[in-house]
Amino acid sequence: MTMLQGFQIALHALRLNPLRSFLTMLGIVIGVASIVTVFAIGSGAQLRLQEQIRSIGANVLMITPGAVYQGGVRLKDGSKLTMTEGDVQAILEQIPEIQAAAGSLAGTAQVIHEGKNWNTTINGTTSGHFMVRDWQLASGRYFSGAEETGAGKVVILGSTVARELFAPGDDPIGAQIRIMKVPLEIVGVLDRKGPAQDDVAFVPLSTAKLRFLGSASNINRDSVAYIIAKVAADGQMAGARAEIESLLRQRHRIPAGQEDDFKVQDPAAAMEAQQGAIRTVALLLVAIASVSLLVGGISIMNVMIVSVTERTREIGIRRALGGRMRDIRLQFLCEALVLCLLGGAIGVAGGITLSMTVARMAGWITSIDGEAIGLALAFSIATGLIFGFYPAHKASKLSPIEALKTE
Amino acid sequence: MTTLPLISLRSVSRTYRTDGVAVTAVRNVSFDIAPGEIVAVMGPSGSGKSTLMNMIGLLDLPSEGAVHLEGANVAELSEDRRSSLRARSIGFVFQSYNLLARHSAIENVALPLVYCGISRRERLARAEQSLQAVGMLHRAHHFPRQLSGGEQQRVAIARALIASPLIVLADEPTGALDSRTGAEILALFAALNRAGQTIVMITHDPGIATQCRRTIRLHDGELVSDETIAELLPRRSVAS
Repeated sequence: MTMLQGFQIALHALRLNPLRSFLTMLGIVIGVASIVTVFAIGSGAQLRLQEQIRSIGANVLMITPGAVYQGGVRLKDGSKLTMTEGDVQAILEQIPEIQAAAGSLAGTAQVIHEGKNWNTTINGTTSGHFMVRDWQLASGRYFSGAEETGAGKVVILGSTVARELFAPGDDPIGAQIRIMKVPLEIVGVLDRKGPAQDDVAFVPLSTAKLRFLGSASNINRDSVAYIIAKVAADGQMAGARAEIESLLRQRHRIPAGQEDDFKVQDPAAAMEAQQGAIRTVALLLVAIASVSLLVGGISIMNVMIVSVTERTREIGIRRALGGRMRDIRLQFLCEALVLCLLGGAIGVAGGITLSMTVARMAGWITSIDGEAIGLALAFSIATGLIFGFYPAHKASKLSPIEALKTE
Repeated sequence: MTTLPLISLRSVSRTYRTDGVAVTAVRNVSFDIAPGEIVAVMGPSGSGKSTLMNMIGLLDLPSEGAVHLEGANVAELSEDRRSSLRARSIGFVFQSYNLLARHSAIENVALPLVYCGISRRERLARAEQSLQAVGMLHRAHHFPRQLSGGEQQRVAIARALIASPLIVLADEPTGALDSRTGAEILALFAALNRAGQTIVMITHDPGIATQCRRTIRLHDGELVSDETIAELLPRRSVAS
């Protein structure tokens, strides 16, 4: 008897008891569905982080305001803008490892073009920002020197904003948009960098200060909200970081023993650590889901043992008609395998549906990869083989004479 | 006749050991069956008929002595080889038909060919021929529960014939049938034998034995007589 014949016989036998077959494979269905879902959510989260790491760019340090004391009261991080354009210049000029640096001020505003409008992040910065983040243009150009120093009425759009304001065929370059009643000319559209990154419009830092944020009380003429700086090589990150810290303490006149009023962070490293944590949690969840597979396997074994007992006479007939012991074993093993494979397939479909539902309802990014599906199916085949073997072996060992005598 | 025997039993005994007690079901039985014969094995229940049939059908091995199928000592064959021989060389017909209830007549008939490694298409084609031979082709797609006892037994005979076996072993083939249907089944066996099929029929019914040219009688596991019809007829009454 061939494997194919084994599967044909198995399918025939399972079709005779559809409800029982379905209930038997339910454990496998649930186990596989949970594994696929957990994998999808886990790798979705990792993908999102990877995208963020990529979008920040390699070897980037980020300097943000730290906690400050104001009249004895300790305010939370970032409540006062402690960094200035002077700090950016100093970092660029005095620390040799720094290739590029840029300060930014950011807020959200409505962007209007003809009949369409869109709420997005407005980031006031300098061309250095795009160098730090290795962010290329899809079309147009970066800011000119004159625009940067002279508060030019120009804007560079992220790809999401361009898509929201312009019809697919239209060229945004040269078009006018308005932000907070200020008309601006679009000089560039950026390449895609990831859904979370592309929803932004950049204006020169001087333009942001003069035209949008001039009246804000906690901003002095020279302030920036944060600074990003690109370090030349991977191995220089720690050194550059220490130098920036010492430089800024000096510039901000922080006496020894007092807390910094800024923070230097390596966002990529932090995210990589987070990624490791996600992986650990996902593995733990997969381990829990595997318990369901184990329970499913035991249920299959139980039903197969019952089935062998019920079909003792059939086994006797098949043996008398020439079925070898291994044919009988193959037949019952195929039944267990078909249950597991079918359960696995339904589980994969269920897992995909479930993770897509989660993605839609919770707004998480999920990613279904072939690896997870392959792993889940491999697990279910292994379950079928392990838990199907004993009943099949038991069936094959039955004496044909005794088996034919049973009613 | 000097034809090589198809089946040859030499001093065959079969002892079962249950709960430490040895029970001898068949004791020192020897006989040959030549190709083309139709033989009745007779005896009351408990006389060892079924044990004898299990050994001829390669389902069981003798405790002592030897069973030869076409000259080969079956005890020297592997379990797998004996199974293959059952599929190709032996056709079983049981008292209770032993059809698989959840399979149609034609699927039941084709079943032995699954174990001969024959493709589904050919299995079904040959099953049709076999059903035709027993006059059951019109019921090919019926399930056993939809068939009468006589029809089920015809399907079982078709199944026994499908692999063109050397020998058909029938264990009380008419035991569950009314006398008219039983006679039809016996007529079918007689016709198959006339076409050259070797048949061994186990029965406790003397009426059936008279339809066979040769009758082997067992009592308490021992062979008490082995007569062909030429000897049987003139004497009329048989001492046993």
